[in-house]
Amino acid sequence: MSEDRQTRVLEVRDLRYRYDDGTVALDGVDFDLFEGETVALLGPNGAGKTTFVLHLNGLLRGSGSITVAGLKLGAETLTEVRQKVGIVFQESDDQLFMPTVLDDVAFGPLNMGLEPAEALARSRWALETVGMAQAHGRAPYHLSAGEKRRVAIAGVLAMNPEILVLDEPTTSLDPPGQRALVDVLERLPQSKILVTHDPELACALARRAVFFDHGRIAASGKTDEILNRFGWRLRLGARSA
Amino acid sequence: MHHVVLERWSRGDSPVHRRDARAKILLTLALLVLLSTAQDHLAAVSLLYFGALVMGLVAARLPVWGALVRAAVVLPFSAVFGLASWLAGEPERALALAAKSYLSALGVLLLVASTRMPDLLRAMESLGAPRFLLIVAQFLYRYLFIISEQAQHMRSAALSRGGFRRAGFRAAAGALGVLFARSYARADNIHRAMLARGFHGHFHMPAAARFGWADGLFLAAAGGGLALLRLAAGRLG
Repeated sequence: MSEDRQTRVLEVRDLRYRYDDGTVALDGVDFDLFEGETVALLGPNGAGKTTFVLHLNGLLRGSGSITVAGLKLGAETLTEVRQKVGIVFQESDDQLFMPTVLDDVAFGPLNMGLEPAEALARSRWALETVGMAQAHGRAPYHLSAGEKRRVAIAGVLAMNPEILVLDEPTTSLDPPGQRALVDVLERLPQSKILVTHDPELACALARRAVFFDHGRIAASGKTDEILNRFGWRLRLGARSA
Repeated sequence: MHHVVLERWSRGDSPVHRRDARAKILLTLALLVLLSTAQDHLAAVSLLYFGALVMGLVAARLPVWGALVRAAVVLPFSAVFGLASWLAGEPERALALAAKSYLSALGVLLLVASTRMPDLLRAMESLGAPRFLLIVAQFLYRYLFIISEQAQHMRSAALSRGGFRRAGFRAAAGALGVLFARSYARADNIHRAMLARGFHGHFHMPAAARFGWADGLFLAAAGGGLALLRLAAGRLG
């Protein structure tokens, strides 16, 4: 399908960011995301992937422009943009800070100004979507790593975002947990950005990948091609043969 | 993950656990007031309230001996003041101080061990406790597990390489510093995650559970019972 015929939900132009110590984290990034599309962000540690996604809902502010679903990101649009871009962080424990699972999932909808009854209804729906409805009354610290990750996703889904950003979603998950997570993510209709070091996950979920290196997008294309081009296939058997 | 004992106890299922947290908080407050204002016949009052608290522990299906031992954690603190009173020639005051502080601790322990922390915090909020204080308590409680888990991991890592004993105080202090730095970084990440979900300085909590007639009955009966015990102690004494 041609990009022109698709609706662009995210447009990033010439994004630049420098940390306080002078390190250049992003050096002129241009990026587009289309409706319903899943894109994998690949690249070595420190290449700028996480810094990039933290810009998408204004958690970091660099120079350049970011437009989310027609809204240009700025101080006036920050609240709206944060509803449209949901970030699931790498450490679920950082995201699950409320006393119970249901309270935590309702945190975002209540901040959006929804009435408690509506916020709770939405939260229950989000928990059901990720297969965690039965855990609504539990404390987040009693959940397994995979359960925490799914609840963290529910917390973002309850805000009904247009774009879902997942930073290393399979970190610390065992293979069945990873499989369950992929099943959940495959069912979600949102456009997704997947920051990952996991080639299998990238192939399973994303048809397109971009490769970050030194704060720039070094290449963009089909996931399989990008993985092969940068030698990101783990071929341990081939090496030992 | 090693959960603290009280947390495990609070997740139990008993008639006491099932009561609304507000009823239990008000009852504990009543106990503390009745206990702290008791002047005469203190030995009888203490004995009767001790019996009532033990009955409460039994009704809550909590390990009685374990709870009694844990409540004694306050005794070293009150012992300092008790000793001062004793040396000042007031042994009755010293004993009263020890008895009151121990029974108060036991009452609070029964409350905390029979009420889940989220319910407790929510109930305190609905009873008008300062929101900021509750938020601090909530975060402290939530992340205490994670920080203690990190500390345990660091200890295991140190032990696997010979422990801190040989490396000395400097290494232990360094590890503590790392733990603080990690906690600081985590706080930063948590704040970022809150902002990402639209936080703008105010916590919204879903509505608290309904205070039913059974909770009202429990509060009235148990509160009345405590008051009667205090009166009865006067007659006994």
